[in-house]
Amino acid sequence: MHKIEERKGWIGLLAKAPADRLTALWDKVTDRPGFTFLRAPEIGGAMVRGRMGGTGGAFNLGEMTVTRCSVQIDSGEVGHAYVQGRDKAKAEAAALIDALMQTKAADGIREAVLVPLELEMTSSKVARAAKAAATKVDFFTMVRGED
Amino acid sequence: MYVAVKGGEKAIDAAHAWLAEERRGDVTVPELSVAQIREQMALAVNRVMAEGSLYDPDLAALAIKQARGDLIEAIFLIRAYRTTLPRFGYSNPVDTEKMACDRRISATFKDAPGGQVLGPTFDYTHRLLDFKLAADGEVPEAPTRETQTGPVPHITDFLNQEGLIQTEPTSDEAPRDLTREPLELPADRALRLQSLTRGDEGFILGMAYSTQRGYARNHAFVGELRIGTCAVEMDIPELGFAVEIGEIELTECETVNQFAGSKTEPPQFTRGYGLVFGQTERKAISMALVDRALRWQEMGEDNLGAAAQDAEFVLYHADNIQATGFLEHIKLPHYVDFQSELELVRKMRADAQAQTMPEAAE
Repeated sequence: MHKIEERKGWIGLLAKAPADRLTALWDKVTDRPGFTFLRAPEIGGAMVRGRMGGTGGAFNLGEMTVTRCSVQIDSGEVGHAYVQGRDKAKAEAAALIDALMQTKAADGIREAVLVPLELEMTSSKVARAAKAAATKVDFFTMVRGED
Repeated sequence: MYVAVKGGEKAIDAAHAWLAEERRGDVTVPELSVAQIREQMALAVNRVMAEGSLYDPDLAALAIKQARGDLIEAIFLIRAYRTTLPRFGYSNPVDTEKMACDRRISATFKDAPGGQVLGPTFDYTHRLLDFKLAADGEVPEAPTRETQTGPVPHITDFLNQEGLIQTEPTSDEAPRDLTREPLELPADRALRLQSLTRGDEGFILGMAYSTQRGYARNHAFVGELRIGTCAVEMDIPELGFAVEIGEIELTECETVNQFAGSKTEPPQFTRGYGLVFGQTERKAISMALVDRALRWQEMGEDNLGAAAQDAEFVLYHADNIQATGFLEHIKLPHYVDFQSELELVRKMRADAQAQTMPEAAE
């Protein structure tokens, strides 16, 4: 279970990562395995669902663009990617990283790609949240009348 | 006899070449990039994504550029592109409770846990033109404050705890999908919401406004309006579990409406719901009002004959691509149709003349 949670974590991170940052970090990785495509990068859509009233039954909200890719690296591990947007290079990099994260190279990849990506994405979220916090209303009550 | 008419290819090519030139405008003025539109015309981009029913800011920005800023034309381009995409699957319903909120306000509870967060809003501006924007100016950095942690629960949860508001029945039933089957009536609420969220903002706004002015009045308060980002999670068959496949900006509006009770329900508040791609609050509020009006049957309310209560009227006229497609086709050549009309009118006139002046005809 622990392993699945961990894998979900990096797959989700890669899916949400800005394409240019992910490919830039991946390009710096020198020790890349040979691989074959099980599924070449393919652009498609996913129908996003919401819940009626936020908590009720599901309804179809609209689609989003997704690119998927599956690879098998020469040591045998299989990597899958479903990433937001229409960037095939991003999907290929994400699938290769998913495969490598299941090998002994995992620590190196985590340091080189996942950690910096996560830091950047977190810091931009934190910056946004701090701006939102500054727009929070502090109410005060005017004292009226004699007592 | 039907005579096929050919021709016009040269004129059409020339028209399209000129369109491209006009799109570019004065070449001494720098050209807009897609990234500039995406970043600086973000609310137009959001509208195109919402009504195009495809979340992809870069594509929406490109469509706006191609359409010369005609948003319905841009929505048309996105709808056309959307149909070319293979469908990889359906996401799990987004969890708006976990939204990273840029904005979150309630018109009903001042001291809601999580607070009133205004976000980057036009509210409270004076709607005076800002001539500073006409000159290139540096924008001062927005102030920041220590962020709060902790949940930002839905406001309606509080009313729910007291049983003062209707509960939303949950179900795991797969909702009908407008993009896979034609819109047929009766439309259940899931189908209505899908239709409303991609419906024309102006039309939905007009319908919502009509309910406020008294046509099927159901006096709405904005219980909560929130704008922010939500992760999208989908089951991936090759993995055997669900993963996040992206993150989208959403606007959610929950209205709290008066309800006197019916034969089966005690007096309680009722709800309308709006959920729309992007920062699109006018649309989300409108959607919630129209959603509520369309629920009259389920609430045991009377049919007042109001337009906003008529699902057929609302749903069949909300889609601006269907509407503009049918509307605009009448400007295309109808020479043969019209020829037959012309002949018919001439004949009717001749007959009428013959009847009013029988002696002249003799």
